[in-house]
Amino acid sequence: MATAPAVDQMPSGNRSEARTETEDERAGREQFERLISEDSRIEPRDWMPEAYRKTLARQISQHAHSEIIGMQPEANWISRAPSLKRKAILMAKVQDEAGHGLYLYSAAETLGTPRDKMTEDLIAGKARYSSIFNYPAVTWADMGAIGWLVDGAAIANQVPLCRASYGPYGRAMVRICKEESFHQRQGFEILLELANGTPAQKEMAQDAVNRWYAPSLMMFGPPDDDSPNSKQSMAWNIKRFSNDELRSRFVGMMVEQVKVLGLTLPDDEIRFNEDTQQWEHAPLDWNEFKEVLAGRGPCNAQRMERRREAHEDGAWVREAAAAYADKRAATAQQKAA
Amino acid sequence: MSESNASATRTTPGNALRPEDIAASDLKPSTDVAEYALRLGDDSLILAQRLGWWISRAPELEEDVALGNIALDLIGHARSFLSYAGHGLDKTEDDLAYFRREPEFRCAHLFVQPNGDFARTIARQLVVSHYQFELYSRLMHSTDPTLAAIAAKAVKEVDYHRDHSSQWVLRLALGTDESRRRMIAGLKLTWPYVEELFVDDQLIDTLGDAAVRPSTLRAPVDSLLASLFAEAELEIPAVPAAVGGGRHGKHSEHLGYLLAEMQVLAREHPGATW
Amino acid sequence: MTGGSTTGDDGSTAPAPLAPEKRQPWPLWEVFVRSSRGLSHVHAGSLHAPDAEMAVRNARDLYTRRNEGVSLWVVPASSIITSDPDAKGQFFESPQGKDYRHATYYTKSDGVKHL
Repeated sequence: MATAPAVDQMPSGNRSEARTETEDERAGREQFERLISEDSRIEPRDWMPEAYRKTLARQISQHAHSEIIGMQPEANWISRAPSLKRKAILMAKVQDEAGHGLYLYSAAETLGTPRDKMTEDLIAGKARYSSIFNYPAVTWADMGAIGWLVDGAAIANQVPLCRASYGPYGRAMVRICKEESFHQRQGFEILLELANGTPAQKEMAQDAVNRWYAPSLMMFGPPDDDSPNSKQSMAWNIKRFSNDELRSRFVGMMVEQVKVLGLTLPDDEIRFNEDTQQWEHAPLDWNEFKEVLAGRGPCNAQRMERRREAHEDGAWVREAAAAYADKRAATAQQKAA
Repeated sequence: MSESNASATRTTPGNALRPEDIAASDLKPSTDVAEYALRLGDDSLILAQRLGWWISRAPELEEDVALGNIALDLIGHARSFLSYAGHGLDKTEDDLAYFRREPEFRCAHLFVQPNGDFARTIARQLVVSHYQFELYSRLMHSTDPTLAAIAAKAVKEVDYHRDHSSQWVLRLALGTDESRRRMIAGLKLTWPYVEELFVDDQLIDTLGDAAVRPSTLRAPVDSLLASLFAEAELEIPAVPAAVGGGRHGKHSEHLGYLLAEMQVLAREHPGATW
Repeated sequence: MTGGSTTGDDGSTAPAPLAPEKRQPWPLWEVFVRSSRGLSHVHAGSLHAPDAEMAVRNARDLYTRRNEGVSLWVVPASSIITSDPDAKGQFFESPQGKDYRHATYYTKSDGVKHL
């Protein structure tokens, strides 16, 4: 692969394999374990267990894919945004998501997988992205609900990731969290305007909240007792809180914020459990979650088609720019000779 | 400022002129200046609407971001010009964008041309950015201080658009056979609509030094494009100019569809705020 | 085209079928941003671009959308030389324990003004 390795990419000789540990590997492993136990950071050139590398590569690339696929439901409304201010905000937000995808691909590349490979996996249907983006954005109020609930859930997930043990991931998350603070607010304000608007607007807002509420709770992942990988991720300081902890915290925030909106959450079982100190909510339909994850959601095929189409339609452009660069480099070399 | 809070992720809004500042001002343009501002605002609005389509569809993710920046600049210019025009017409920027009918729009035909493939989009952007750069770099000396202020902010942004499109013209024209073929095809589709940009009319006569006379922009635009085309080994397409009329509300078949999509939601809820 | 937008058209002006991508993907560049005058360029991340001119433009679009910078460096990732990862501790061992290089080592002069 001619793609240059990321600056910090780890030399391949350090990968551990199923054989007797060498002296270097033992030193590497001890250092890794020490850094994790000190809650310090792992950097790309450090020795790391193969499973740690794989877990991160999968998680970061899925995260990047989610940003990129997540552009689509919102891009769907750029052309119809009902005011010029909203149009500009929405464009900036969708564009930010492309940027966030790029920050994350950049972090993932430090683990040794070129972006090109990640893109191929995505359009071949081999890689996953957040299931939430397989739901359709059918009204303008969905722009509000996506910002408030979906970005809200994403932020609740991402803030602890700023302290993830893998340095490049944490740094990308810091940048993303800074930029995303506007995403949730603009969503909230869209809903607030609608909720205080005409009866039709208010109805639109409530309908969107009803549709996005449960899927946004499912963004935190399966319940803890059904989330086998979580424990290891927490031991590695990638994950800092369990799925259920984060979900509970999120429900607690939303239940307050929805009052400001003058709307309701479609869940009459929300309550604070004094014994566990956790927010509880109605059971979620994990069958639906698994169905969407398995590709049988409302928009899976559409989202993939659109990404594939953009990638394939752009091939001649990427090739042209590469060819131009090659020609220029050749001319420069001739001149130098 | 301490080193710690001056990191590479520091973010500030800057202190440039914003569309909101124009909207909040009480500067009232004459009817003629308002009409002129509509032309400039509509050009940018319609093109921003076109370019917005690319966000999530560009040839590479970096280009999603680049085209997004250009569209955002243009929508900013459009909002400023339309807000200013609105002060003279007793309307808001959104009244003008969402509740005017097709013949009331004042954009030239070039701005509404379809995106086509990336080469066609770049061809359109090349002409627009060179035209707008020459326009704004003169309009910033307009006797109308608001037009001058909007132009002074816009000219720097448009200068970057000019660079962006020129870089791509070079790469597409000199890249592969396929990209060269597409670049030439894109320019050919674009060129019939170039002429209209440089047509003077009575409004321009009336406005005098408040406006920029379009015909005076032709030579500088042509000369810059000629040197780029020489480097890119391209020729100015030899195609007849289309009949224009956009400045007077005579539009091509494209505009109706674009407006239908842009205005649909706002018109479903007249009087609503968003 | 997927999606119902009429704003884009079908791009059908150039119908030739495309061969699969023959060339290598765009190379990787590392981006350094100077956030304001008087400060150093700080590593911000990376991006892909076909050449240096496009790399610096992409860096502008990607890493300075919020006024984060007044100057940018882009460097081909392959051109960066890093310290040897296998050197483990020894590369950075020497400065450790040499406390006398730091002002805090000198405590007897505590309280003396302007020193």
